[in-house]
Amino acid sequence: MNWLTQLLSRRQLYRDLSEEIQAHLDEKIEELVADGMSREEARHTAMREFGNPALLEENSRDVWAWPSIENLLLDVRYGVRTLRRNPVFTVVALLTISIGIAANVAVFTVVNSILLRPLHYPQAEQLVALHQVAPGAEGLADFENGLLLSPSMYFTYAEHNRTFQSLGVWGAGTANATGIAEPEQVRSVAITDGVLQTFSIPPAIGRWLLQADQVPDGPQRVMLSYGYWQRRFGGSPAVVGKNIMLDSQAREIVGVMPKGFQFVDADFDVIVPLAFDRGKAILAGFGFHGIARLKPGATISEANADIARMIPIWMDSFSNGPGSNPRVYETWKITPMLRPLKQEVVGNVGELLWVVMGTIGVVMLIACANVTNLLLARVEGRQQELAVRAALGAGWARIVRALLVESLMLGLMGGIVGIGLAYAGVRFLAATGPSNLPRLNEISLDARTLAFALLLSILSSLFFGLIPALKYARPRPNSALQSAGRTISASRERHRARNLLVVGQVAMALVLLLSAGLMIRTFQAMRTVDPGFSDPQHLQLLRISIPDSLVAQPQLVTRIQQTILEKFAGMPGVKSAGFVSEMPMEGFDSGWDEIFAEDKVYADNTIAPLRLYKYISPGLLQTAGTRLIAGREMTWSEIYGSQPVVMISESLAAELWGTPSAAIGKRLREFPKMPWYEVIGVVQEVREKGVQETAPAIVYWPPLMANLFGPGPVQAWRTMTFAIRSERTGTESFLNEVNQAVWSVNSNLPLASVRTMQDVYDKSMARTSFTLVMLGIAASMALALGVIGIYGVMSYTVSQRRSEIGIRLALGAQRGHVLQMVLEQGTKLALVGVAIGIGVGLGFTRLMSHLLFGVTAHDPLTFAAVSCLLIVVAVLACYIPARRAMRFDPAAAIRYE
Amino acid sequence: MSRKIQRDLFPGALEMMILRTLKRQPLHGYALAQHIKRTSDDLLQIEEGSLYPALQRLLKQELVKAEWGTSSTNRRVRIYKLTAAGAKHLQHQVSSFERMLEGITRVLAPGES
Repeated sequence: MNWLTQLLSRRQLYRDLSEEIQAHLDEKIEELVADGMSREEARHTAMREFGNPALLEENSRDVWAWPSIENLLLDVRYGVRTLRRNPVFTVVALLTISIGIAANVAVFTVVNSILLRPLHYPQAEQLVALHQVAPGAEGLADFENGLLLSPSMYFTYAEHNRTFQSLGVWGAGTANATGIAEPEQVRSVAITDGVLQTFSIPPAIGRWLLQADQVPDGPQRVMLSYGYWQRRFGGSPAVVGKNIMLDSQAREIVGVMPKGFQFVDADFDVIVPLAFDRGKAILAGFGFHGIARLKPGATISEANADIARMIPIWMDSFSNGPGSNPRVYETWKITPMLRPLKQEVVGNVGELLWVVMGTIGVVMLIACANVTNLLLARVEGRQQELAVRAALGAGWARIVRALLVESLMLGLMGGIVGIGLAYAGVRFLAATGPSNLPRLNEISLDARTLAFALLLSILSSLFFGLIPALKYARPRPNSALQSAGRTISASRERHRARNLLVVGQVAMALVLLLSAGLMIRTFQAMRTVDPGFSDPQHLQLLRISIPDSLVAQPQLVTRIQQTILEKFAGMPGVKSAGFVSEMPMEGFDSGWDEIFAEDKVYADNTIAPLRLYKYISPGLLQTAGTRLIAGREMTWSEIYGSQPVVMISESLAAELWGTPSAAIGKRLREFPKMPWYEVIGVVQEVREKGVQETAPAIVYWPPLMANLFGPGPVQAWRTMTFAIRSERTGTESFLNEVNQAVWSVNSNLPLASVRTMQDVYDKSMARTSFTLVMLGIAASMALALGVIGIYGVMSYTVSQRRSEIGIRLALGAQRGHVLQMVLEQGTKLALVGVAIGIGVGLGFTRLMSHLLFGVTAHDPLTFAAVSCLLIVVAVLACYIPARRAMRFDPAAAIRYE
Repeated sequence: MSRKIQRDLFPGALEMMILRTLKRQPLHGYALAQHIKRTSDDLLQIEEGSLYPALQRLLKQELVKAEWGTSSTNRRVRIYKLTAAGAKHLQHQVSSFERMLEGITRVLAPGES
């Protein structure tokens, strides 16, 4: 008999079986009666000698069935019935579980998408970022990117390496695209040969940029991103071979990259070739990101050793010009520290995400504890039913399984609802997450997320299912059958599990509240830091770049920039305007270099600390609200006259000359052949990299300076952030006027990065505010669940002690005493929980100390405030059941039985 | 209960006794139970009902087959019959049981070694 016919004929088999067993019993009874027994007596005897017919019949059927599966189905059917019979319990438990699972799945989706999934490149594990550090070069520590590569390094590494399949360097920037209706600033990446080979993503149409496109002064070519191709050319395949104007220069389009292609973490519209002239390359010029693909089997440490080997080759093959000492870079201690490309893309967000994941996991534990308590209370109410089942022959393993199946069903249903909620949550997260969260567009639910949801559902089911199941399924039918009719006050032992759970819940909620509290304090501390500008909401920013293909003459560039400022100042409602190469927190990093003071002696062969360079117009400081500590600003006539004047930041003045006023009149320069520049002003500290980072030393140069390298007597800084102080910032009419003002000066100038200083400030705070919001949500959920937990347990305890309290009242206990008794019990639980929570919190908050600013991980104020809050809320939660207990009518309470 | 039987007898013992009984003549469940009880002189404490799971196992392995028929007392009963495979199985079981019994007896026999 094969399994299929077995399955089909099974109903018949079972019918035969019951009939047969019945016939057996009948025959036996007949025989016993014939032997002279009474019919009643005969039936008892027959049953006794036969055994338990129901159980035996079931065992006989099991022979044919896949017993485990069929019994499971039976349990499931039974479970559905029980759950449907208690809709309130089911809904509350289901809601708790599904919200917990939803929050966890949502956060896991983000963690999975950002941290766990590989990047979207073929064999992405072979990709590395050529990260290197230079601990000997002071000031470089300020660079997030370590020491970038210079063109000569690129040539050396590309020609001499033994561990890479391909290697290239790239840099991100902007370009002005003109010749369309309105000039537009596009995001560009410039690449050398080797970069596209490293990504190994073929173009959607056309071809890659190749080595032939990298010839200095050769034909100008460009590739487009898919998005830009769609936006500007409607996705027409005929664009290949056409020209577009970039920075007033015609470039031939050779290809389009496919949809979804990400250039590391850079958004881009066009890819242009970097055409380095190998013959003119010098050692310096550390301005490019390196990327490479390892040979199969090569490890990162082998590649590190390979690069370390090539650094002396690099120093011997190139120089910084006649008379310079290439070995000066030995003091920099340049060390390769290659990183997997994924790490480069993901950055330091990993730690933040794991903290969020951890806190959300704790919320899940609290939710599970709540459901466990609900189940415990319910199983206690079902003791009689369970006892009946045990008496009818169900083994206790069977009862445990039935109870577990019920919890599993709760867990799985919660999981399904949770996945739905999580999907919505992920949309929300992607929309509200910090814009600097990497791979934000890649966030999506996938098989791994679903597996996680399933695992979480099962694990939490086991958590809240096993405790009640093991506690109450033990075979003790007699006691349960006897006592179930009368409720007596529960023994201490029966409450122990529930109390433990409540204590755990309070402790976990406290830990989460502590983390959220510390983040609030961090946020407050960051808000009180003077960032070096004021009233950012009314400070309009925009960036304008004047390429030399549009305006060649440097003086004219500055003249145009000044004219734009005058147009701005003439607009209604504008108080003042100015420009600077970058505003604080914009992250453009206009330049870093060393400074030599006239009255200091510098040892040979060392490189002085690097300072941030800015190029600034008169009026910018006043517009931005940045204070001048000493001296004065430069004037326009000094700028056009190329007068050697400079301003420096407070910390630089203090470092070099002690006090700000002492710095006035002192002189400094960038390199030996340059004329000395006189310090005419000292500017307050500016939090360039965000309020939590210390302010760097800054040198403020004039926007137009005597030129020591290129052609022409002077050079102008061509890309500037313009700042306008006005009450009208952000309105559409204002932005239109700003556009008109710029185009009235030169209609080919696009406006980029149009935003208020507030936007920039918020963006720099985004990481902290995102953490705050996530922890805030987690902590509020934890608090709510914890309070519900305490309330539930106290209510249940009070209802269980109804008759006891009634007797106490009847014997003359004061109602106030009853209230106090219940409150005391609840408060005791809360206090124990808080004490444990503080202990755990001391360890946990240390893990998040990197996320904190201006507050220690063990901030006593936060600990005290949060503990008080939790205790007060817990007492309030006990108050309602306590009042109910106080109002028991003793007569009714006793009669109730 | 069936678990108790398995503790008292070794696994497969009940099946072996059923097969042996059926080898003599086809029987229905009640008669089978009475026969085993009688021939064992009530030495074996067997619940009558525990025959049925064992019979179902034998049916599934196709060592016996069952047909509805009429008993000597004119009842509608299901009569079990040994199949060829059942006879072979029984022979095999009995000989291995005898070997086992002999081994046990030798170990238990006093003073031989």
